[in-house]
Amino acid sequence: MIEVKDLHKSFGDVKAVDGVSFTARDGEITGLLGPNGAGKTTTLRMLYTLMKPDAGQVLVDGIDPMQDPVAVRRQLGVLPDARGLYKRLTASENITYFGRLQGMTDAAIRVRREALIDALEMRDIATRRTEGFSQGQRVKTAIARALVHDPRNVLLDEPTNGLDVMATRAMRRFMHQLKAEGRCVLFSSHIMQEVAALCDRIVVIAHGTVVADDTPAALLEKTGQASLEDAFVKIIGTDEGLAA
Amino acid sequence: MNAFRAVYWKEVRENLRDRRTLVNALITGPLLGPVLFIMLMNVMVNRELARADQPIRVPVIGAELAPNFVNALKAAGIDANPGINDPERAVHDMRADVVIRIDPDYVKAWNKGQSVQVEVIYDSSRRDANTTVARVRSVVESFARREGAMRLIARGLSPSTAWPVNVADRDQATSQSRSALMFSFLPYFFVLTVFMGGMYLAIDLTAGERERQSLEPLFVNPVARWKILAGKLAAICTFSVISLLLSVAAFSTAPWFIPTEKLGIVLDLGFRFGAQVVLLMLPLIVLLAALQSFVSALAKSYREAQTYLSILMIIPILPSALLSVIPVKPEPWMYSVPLLGQNLGIVQLLRGDGITGQELGLCLAGGFAAAAVAVWATAVLYRSERLAISA
Repeated sequence: MIEVKDLHKSFGDVKAVDGVSFTARDGEITGLLGPNGAGKTTTLRMLYTLMKPDAGQVLVDGIDPMQDPVAVRRQLGVLPDARGLYKRLTASENITYFGRLQGMTDAAIRVRREALIDALEMRDIATRRTEGFSQGQRVKTAIARALVHDPRNVLLDEPTNGLDVMATRAMRRFMHQLKAEGRCVLFSSHIMQEVAALCDRIVVIAHGTVVADDTPAALLEKTGQASLEDAFVKIIGTDEGLAA
Repeated sequence: MNAFRAVYWKEVRENLRDRRTLVNALITGPLLGPVLFIMLMNVMVNRELARADQPIRVPVIGAELAPNFVNALKAAGIDANPGINDPERAVHDMRADVVIRIDPDYVKAWNKGQSVQVEVIYDSSRRDANTTVARVRSVVESFARREGAMRLIARGLSPSTAWPVNVADRDQATSQSRSALMFSFLPYFFVLTVFMGGMYLAIDLTAGERERQSLEPLFVNPVARWKILAGKLAAICTFSVISLLLSVAAFSTAPWFIPTEKLGIVLDLGFRFGAQVVLLMLPLIVLLAALQSFVSALAKSYREAQTYLSILMIIPILPSALLSVIPVKPEPWMYSVPLLGQNLGIVQLLRGDGITGQELGLCLAGGFAAAAVAVWATAVLYRSERLAISA
């Protein structure tokens, strides 16, 4: 479970995140929806301790990253915005490296790695060096290495970015599987359909603040719109009206 | 497996698969120095020897006036060539190394027992001609001395009346210390090898990783950043140590390829020398690895890091260059200055003087202290938020 309370972060004069609060529960998929530049990546970066919030608090399974960032990182599986792989290592070796950094035994790594390779349908590329991988193959490898330690909480920053239809569908199946396993899945996206298809709960972020936080059905009801896309535009639009 | 070893082995394995890093660490870095050194020394030695032993031909203007003088030149292996017009121009244009001009009044003055003038025309800024000039000069001087002595004896005087003071040379240089003079740039080669051996790794492990956007996922792992840095530094050090060992081994074969016996010098680059050099260089290996990582961490891209590091590469030249321009007597404190200490120490080893425990201690203490500061500074930089953000 991930709890975020009133997070703030600025870069110089730019307030990237300006009071974000929400909760992502176990066994649910929570979508962080917002236009580009809304503060989604910065919020996630504070969650996985890459950045320190200027104010506010994060709790991951009850642990505060300000107190114990290493313990928090152990609870998290993260697919960051940056997906850089080691191109002179094979996909398998990339996964193994992260397993070792998680402090796992070689036997445990092997079991978990093979399970992920099957679950992500990447058996054919497992022993290839990652140089020259397609976008989809890169994302699969990056996710496998992020989840090698079997984390309770999974953070995915725009996981379907740049994927083709087949790969996107596979990714959605995989996220449902993570949910079925009882994990807390939090992902960011700027694509409406995706959020609609996946989420139990949607947190809409614009201009660094949360403008809506509800189930898809409740959002439709509140805005009185028929489609989630219209609801989304209405929410953002209203917010802009308020800000101006 | 703990995080330090995981990072270390991954970096070593990944870079063993990179041809550019391998070529730099195992071939260019360690072997360029020795090969260049052996080639240069051979060219230099052979040229010098050729000039010293073989007969040379020197244009002599007015040779017909002074057959006795020309014979003396010939006896010393200097053949008189026909005179040339405008000798000053000829020397300037490098058509001749040196030209001798005999005064037209030579015969008259000689017969009267007066002093005569023999001009030696040369250009002291032309270093390649210096050996020839010195040889001609010494022949002219010894001819003058001999003839002077003959004249004194003919007048019933002892030649010693004309030379109340004799200079007797007592050169204390050993054959080994003479060679140290020629090889004083060796320390720089060793430093350069260490620099080159680790450079590409340092760039790759920091700036490269950042550019490829793999630093952010790496830092998401539950490992303190200093542990990641330690693993990376250890990998860089491993490569530069291997470079250095190869370089020392290659240099130890140098005496086989250089005709040292012809020069009357002794070059001892054997196991003892090599081991001491490696010991002296240990702090520099850590220091340079940290400095390179620090500079690479400041750069935004691989290329930028490469540019910065090639500027940084100039720094190790400074002590060698400084010492060759301003020869200083080594003071104890100098040993504790990184680079300078290594330079002094290695030159001392070359001279065959050995290095005292105190000097070695200062060298290692100073070097490791500087290395510790550099590692600490890099660790602080590694903690910064900006480092991981690639784009």
